[in-house]
Amino acid sequence: MDGTSGFPANGSGAAAPADLVWPADETQVPDWVYTDRRIYEREQERIFFGRHWNFVGLECEVPKPGDYIRSYVGEVPVVVTRDMEGGFHVFENRCAHRGAEYCREYRGNTERFVCPYHNWTYDLAGDLVAVPFRRGVKGKGGMPPGFDMTEHGLRKFKVSAYRGVIFATACEDMEPVEDYLGPGIREQFDIIFDGTEQVLLGLHRNILPGNWKLYQENLKDPYHATLLHTYLTTFGLFVTSNESDIMVDPIGRHSALLSRRPQGRPDVSEEDSAQIAAYREGLKLNDESVLNFVREFDSSWSGAAMTIWPNMTALRQTNILNTRLIVPRGPDELMMIWAVFGRASDDEEMTRHRLRQNNIFGPGGFLGIEDNEALKFVQDGLRRSMPRVGLALLGDDEEETDTIITERAIRAMYRYYRETMAL
Amino acid sequence: MSGTATADKPREARADRAAFRDLRLEIEEFHYDYADALERGEVEQWCEFFTDDAFYCIVARDNHESGLPLGLVYCEGKGMLKDRAFALRNTEMYAPRYLNLQINNVRVHEAAGTTIRAEANYLLLETLVEEPSRIQQVGKYYDVFERVDGRLLIAERKCVYDSVVINNCLVFPV
Ligand code: FES
Ligand SMILES: [Fe+2]
Repeated sequence: MDGTSGFPANGSGAAAPADLVWPADETQVPDWVYTDRRIYEREQERIFFGRHWNFVGLECEVPKPGDYIRSYVGEVPVVVTRDMEGGFHVFENRCAHRGAEYCREYRGNTERFVCPYHNWTYDLAGDLVAVPFRRGVKGKGGMPPGFDMTEHGLRKFKVSAYRGVIFATACEDMEPVEDYLGPGIREQFDIIFDGTEQVLLGLHRNILPGNWKLYQENLKDPYHATLLHTYLTTFGLFVTSNESDIMVDPIGRHSALLSRRPQGRPDVSEEDSAQIAAYREGLKLNDESVLNFVREFDSSWSGAAMTIWPNMTALRQTNILNTRLIVPRGPDELMMIWAVFGRASDDEEMTRHRLRQNNIFGPGGFLGIEDNEALKFVQDGLRRSMPRVGLALLGDDEEETDTIITERAIRAMYRYYRETMAL
Repeated sequence: MSGTATADKPREARADRAAFRDLRLEIEEFHYDYADALERGEVEQWCEFFTDDAFYCIVARDNHESGLPLGLVYCEGKGMLKDRAFALRNTEMYAPRYLNLQINNVRVHEAAGTTIRAEANYLLLETLVEEPSRIQQVGKYYDVFERVDGRLLIAERKCVYDSVVINNCLVFPV
């Protein structure tokens, strides 16, 4: 046990299961990383409770003192609060007494959390402030005389708020979030979270019957963009010949898929249209205003889809701004919490523009539906078939980074993953 | 909260009900046709239940109650409905499924001129190949109907769903 937080730090150091051996060819990913319960538990220890910053929410989700939300670190339910002085806290959503999950609301505003079972009471920092009948009744019962309330608060995470984004870690000596992101990725992150005040437009939640890493892979996989998402190609939002850059941090854990949307409809090369069955010249939306791009970023890229290891994605796509929090729920299920936001400076029309544009993403969005369906298909394949290895063969690790026909970022992620997991 | 509000004025409510009985029957028939179009996957036909400048959105109940406007689907005008119908028919990839849309507890709140305000409960059951049937959405419609050339059309439909955590994804509208 770690003295300060009460969380096991960086795993138990136990050896990986001996029967699970990674294939020699690193373009292969074995089925068991998506299905094995022991791997899943090792991930909780070494990844989510290890030397990483976990995304837990946005400052605009808790805009006022006393605001709180339910959130997660790995599979563990936590509460994120903003205290009366404006500081952020992240602690376990599990009472220190008999272990009840005490916070049952999506969000709210309070001065304290009272566990409904026996009314143990915690403040906005997660400290225990009241225990009913602590001294007993009529001199009988009650807590032992040596009971120290300061030692029985909720288990807390170390918190860092960086540019409106709240991160938490069980590791006591993490580097600052800036350094964790690293130079290139941080630059892209800073364009989405540019320091202006954000406003929350709302959240989506969905359960996806797939391993949590599939979602990381999905946003590290630019290859599928024009093949699965024919909405993009049909209406000329994105085709394979659009300028792109697939950025991966030096140790392989974070990534950014950058793309540039041409003004007007893109020129579709013959090579493109032959490969993309859905492209039909001249097809137009009834309401084209949905695709309008109001310039608002200091970047030559019109879109950036980022993954921040281990549980965050951040997206800016034309005027859509969102984050996704990946919550693992066993080897074969994840929950996604999408936070969609705009800027405090948006006028009513801009807010409505963002709301209209958000038809593209989310669990009811044109792209969101397809990603969730495709990932379910992959997990169905994993669950019901003879074991094999998946392939991530496309592209060359050393080539220029401006092609989307590559799985380079997925390979980089698994290189880092194997190191962290000692697999 | 809303439960007690209705219980507080039973007499008015009863008088309203009598006055709106025919209207309620008409709206129920409307809902049955609407559900039938969606169950058959006739998404183009679904658009025709709306006025040209209709507003249609599907909003999670927690967002709705927190005053957060984000929609799972958010359409201003029939053009956007048609674009969704087009995407569902031509571009979207999703597993085949059977849909069963139940609409009930219809209540008419107000009828003034050609405008009618009403609500209803809805329940969308979804069945995928070789999977047990499941509840995809349970929620409430907050509707404004407009009578155009004798026919009822939706001018505004807010679908507020209690089933906040969506089972993978919502493909078809409700
Ligand atoms: S379990 Fe929370 S007070 Fe007893
Ligand atoms: Fe995708």
